[in-house]
Amino acid sequence: MPINKVVDSFDEAVHDVPDGAVVHIGGFGGPAEYPSYLIAALARKGVTGLTITGNHSGFGEEQIRQMKEHMATLLPYPDDYFSAGILIERGQVRKGILAFPVLPGGRMELPFERLLKEGKVELELIGQGSLAERIRAARAGIAAFYTPVGAGTVVAEGKDVRWFDGRPHILERALKADVSVIRAHQADRWGNLVYRGTARTFNATMAGAATVTIAEVDEVVELGELDPERVVTPAPYVQRVVQRPKPAMTSWQTPC
Amino acid sequence: MDPHADKPRLDEFSIAARAAKELRTGMVVNLGFGIPMLVSTFVEPEREVLLHSENGVIGFGPVVVDDPDGADPYCINGGGQPVMKTPGMSFMTHDQSFELIRGGWIDISLLGALQVGVNGDLANFQVPGKIAGSLGGAQDLAFCAKRVVVLMTHQDKHGAPKLVERVTLPLTAPRCVRRVITDISVIDVDADGLVLREIMPGWTPDEIRSVTGPDLAISPDLVEITL
Repeated sequence: MPINKVVDSFDEAVHDVPDGAVVHIGGFGGPAEYPSYLIAALARKGVTGLTITGNHSGFGEEQIRQMKEHMATLLPYPDDYFSAGILIERGQVRKGILAFPVLPGGRMELPFERLLKEGKVELELIGQGSLAERIRAARAGIAAFYTPVGAGTVVAEGKDVRWFDGRPHILERALKADVSVIRAHQADRWGNLVYRGTARTFNATMAGAATVTIAEVDEVVELGELDPERVVTPAPYVQRVVQRPKPAMTSWQTPC
Repeated sequence: MDPHADKPRLDEFSIAARAAKELRTGMVVNLGFGIPMLVSTFVEPEREVLLHSENGVIGFGPVVVDDPDGADPYCINGGGQPVMKTPGMSFMTHDQSFELIRGGWIDISLLGALQVGVNGDLANFQVPGKIAGSLGGAQDLAFCAKRVVVLMTHQDKHGAPKLVERVTLPLTAPRCVRRVITDISVIDVDADGLVLREIMPGWTPDEIRSVTGPDLAISPDLVEITL
């Protein structure tokens, strides 16, 4: 019986994500490295009480439309960019562990910021480096680590402090999720992943840092087609693979 | 009424152009959010400065502007802007990108700021009146880069000094800023206080002092800012 981690639909890929799950959401800031269809499937499933971790909290549905116009002359946004902001707007998120809960520059108020004001979501603010390392540590079986970053700031509140090499360090715990939803370029049926350019980012970091890692990919290729020298995420870190639809969906509500 | 309202000031691009002079061949440099993002435009490729961005790319070129067809969504900087692919560049994962930062491999981090303390304290992530701020990658950079240079306007939009005796906004990192480049000055944060190194033509040192919170020593080598 051959290994086959490829599942037929995004809805099937997230079918068992329970209410209250901790979800690592891949990507950085652009649509090309974002697991849009997995986010859409979580929105359709209506799963609630989620704790999300990731770089940013995401745009609301209307804000994505505004961003498409805003970015048109710089970097065109595709129609199938669905953001975690949709989950937040719909009240599916309880807590965010985030580096960018609000948009820098204050150009618009993200859904997370609005709900934070209303007391409907909880924020654990963390810098990108400590967030990335906490996630990596979870994959690597390291329970916690000391870092100088954040000592003496709000990030250090409630965390152990120890001095190493003449500097205060704070204890950061590993951050393991129930599910990592990530985006990659190509996968094979074993779950090996390759990425394109800056799309590695948090996607490759989050692969394997959860009980179940689901990779949304541009293309599933035959076993053996991926150059082993180029594989960034080896197969064991990935449990499910789903291929993005062609042509692209224009609404997150369309089952796929 | 601001008595200095009519005086000349560098615009954001000129601050970026001045900041670009800090960067020398072989340096590994991270450009933070805001004015620092503009600096890549002013670094000619022959200088071979290695620009690093938090999302996991190093050795890239300037921002691709006004060319949406030529913009590659798989080659973006930490501000989400498309940047030019250049020979020698490489990609990495997010944790690797911050190994580079935390491990002390960044020679200069250029960051924006809301306040800088006389002791080098930096506040740059939470705007007054907001319920939360975004640390992004700035905290790792401020703590771990070999040298932190801040690019900012000298005063806030109400005219209050952004160089202050004590930082009152939430702290990004303590005692990290070594130099501040503003729209009217270049100021070093030395162990015994602030030192005015360069001054905008049309301003006197006393006028700069009047819009600077802490005492400001004048360098014996004071020169006018040139771009």
